[in-house]
Amino acid sequence: MAGLRVVGHLLQKEFLQIFRNRGMLPIIFIMPFIQLAILSNAATFDVSRVPFHLQDFDRSSLSHRLVESFSSSGYFRMTGHSFARKTALDVLLSRDADMVLVIPEAFEKDLATTGHTRIQFMINAEDGFTAGVIRGYADEIVSTFNRDLPSLMPQSDRLVKPVFDIDIRQSGWYNPELLYTYYMVPGIIVILVTMIGLFLSGMNVVREKEIGTIDQINVTPIRRWQFITGKLLPFWIIGIGEFTAGIVIARVLFHVPMIGSYALIYAAAGIYLLVVLGMGLLISTMTETQQQAMFIAWFFSVIFILLSGLFTPTESMPGWAQYLTQLNPIRHFVDIMRRVMLKGAGVELIMQPLSILGAQAILMLALAVNRYRKSSR
Amino acid sequence: MSAVLITDGVSKRFGKVEALDGVGFSVDLAELFGVIGADGAGKSTLFRILATLLLPDAGRARVLGLDTVDSYRMIRTRIGYMPGRFSLYQDLTVEENLAFFATVYGTTIKENYELIRDMYVQLEPFRTRRAGQLSGGMKQKLALCCALVHRPELLLLDEPTTGVDAVSRLEFWQMLDRLRRLGITILVSTPYMDEASRCDRVAFMQEGRILAIDTPSGITGLFSKPLFAVRAAEKHHLVPVLRSYPHAASVYAFGSTVHYTDSRPSPDMGDVAAWLESNGIGGVGIERIKPGIEDTFMALMESMTSRREAADA
Repeated sequence: MAGLRVVGHLLQKEFLQIFRNRGMLPIIFIMPFIQLAILSNAATFDVSRVPFHLQDFDRSSLSHRLVESFSSSGYFRMTGHSFARKTALDVLLSRDADMVLVIPEAFEKDLATTGHTRIQFMINAEDGFTAGVIRGYADEIVSTFNRDLPSLMPQSDRLVKPVFDIDIRQSGWYNPELLYTYYMVPGIIVILVTMIGLFLSGMNVVREKEIGTIDQINVTPIRRWQFITGKLLPFWIIGIGEFTAGIVIARVLFHVPMIGSYALIYAAAGIYLLVVLGMGLLISTMTETQQQAMFIAWFFSVIFILLSGLFTPTESMPGWAQYLTQLNPIRHFVDIMRRVMLKGAGVELIMQPLSILGAQAILMLALAVNRYRKSSR
Repeated sequence: MSAVLITDGVSKRFGKVEALDGVGFSVDLAELFGVIGADGAGKSTLFRILATLLLPDAGRARVLGLDTVDSYRMIRTRIGYMPGRFSLYQDLTVEENLAFFATVYGTTIKENYELIRDMYVQLEPFRTRRAGQLSGGMKQKLALCCALVHRPELLLLDEPTTGVDAVSRLEFWQMLDRLRRLGITILVSTPYMDEASRCDRVAFMQEGRILAIDTPSGITGLFSKPLFAVRAAEKHHLVPVLRSYPHAASVYAFGSTVHYTDSRPSPDMGDVAAWLESNGIGGVGIERIKPGIEDTFMALMESMTSRREAADA
């Protein structure tokens, strides 16, 4: 028990130092929540009010109806119109519009006589993801237009009337309103907890090395496990605190549902923090200056975040990258957060990512304890 | 078994640099033992090995009868180490630092208060001040308090007085004297020759080797040649002119005078004075003096360097 008392004193010392560091306090306690608020509102996948350019060579009442259905959909807004092919490309190049809608001559006549016609979308696909979303919107508008055609042109009997009228209705499970924040906020909380945990623990031991206090500590009878525990626990407690604040903001500000159990999500967060802190400590023991530690921590956090499935689904990554993401703790915790919060997954459903995190926690801590030596060669 | 510390053939190499090269010496119980050497002589490396922070490449060191490699854990509870660089928590107060190191050793400030009392009363007014904001002398007193708070049997003090004002240095050495009388063995390193005379014995270190170990008076006895102090009106011309004298062996500026040894078996100092005057140096005065520790150290360094040059050639 005397051993634990030493840990207690180490803890007390760390907290004294953390709360005395005027530069760090706002970074730890304010910045994450500003980030959460900004990222959750800004980093949206929704594409709204796409600027489009019109080239209507038909200028009939039907073509007007089509343009009307684009403009009134809420997804598109018209920024101009012209009749020269070249202008269409110029508009896309100069980014005055992300889509050009081309309605051919005899659009109405062809429809009335043959029941078929073609229109063209020219979409700026610099950003493939956005282009896909724009196309989806456009397709939806055109198919609605198609369905309404018979009532718009009652005089034409050449229009193909669908014999079986299959009514497709979409319903998004677990997030019926397809709210982007429900999906993103749990992930962003993970990122914040990761950054705080990784950087605080990553800088800590190396700071003691830099200012020389590690020598004074090393020559004391403090045991390795006591020292590591004394270094981990404060940041674990801060990490859990930040996580709690993140959850509160998610629930209160963004109304993200919490269908699963709090106990489960906290258990996962506790294990996940051990992985992150263990990794930070490992970086700290392998580097000599805070600058080195900072760069290594950045390197890994960028890779982990980009390969986490937070912004781009892991399913769309190439096979080798998908395998790689299995090693990524952020990916697993984001996965757990979404499953538990949105789907109410129980422990049996998150067993796989949870056990991967558990194994990583053990591995990281073992490596960190092993790498930290009180005597050097 | 009165030796508290014994080293035998301790060597340590950092890349191409031979930091320690077969260092062997022993320190007796309640002895104040000084390690004197210029920067880079290997003093800090030696102290880090003795403090169990660094493993030697070769050789063994026994501290309090325990091997520094095998029994490092037991050694750590019984020694106090003060690194060359101030290594307390600068963002903690005087009291917090002291209390922290006391508890880490499983003791309290109160328990060993009489050991640190003399210094602590001076620190008391700054109890709530952060260690980083103390003066150099106060920092060093705090560091010594922290190294003493668990009543160690052996103190390893690596250049404790470097960068400290003269008054604080004096107080510090008085404190060491008191601690030694309480039965604490002290190994202290310093680049200042004048501090060597305050030790019971001193070891001269250069380039990772110990050149000589003796009492301060014994060390000066190693100085075999007659030594002269030369003074003149214009001191800055004196050294180069004296060096150019054909029979000059060593010429070093020491405060207001220049210390001179001659290469002849029986030096003719009248001839030296004549040489100086013929070279335009006025007001020359020469007297024979007793060598100090610094003279001995310079001579030892000189002979080692010339021996090495002979070996290289």
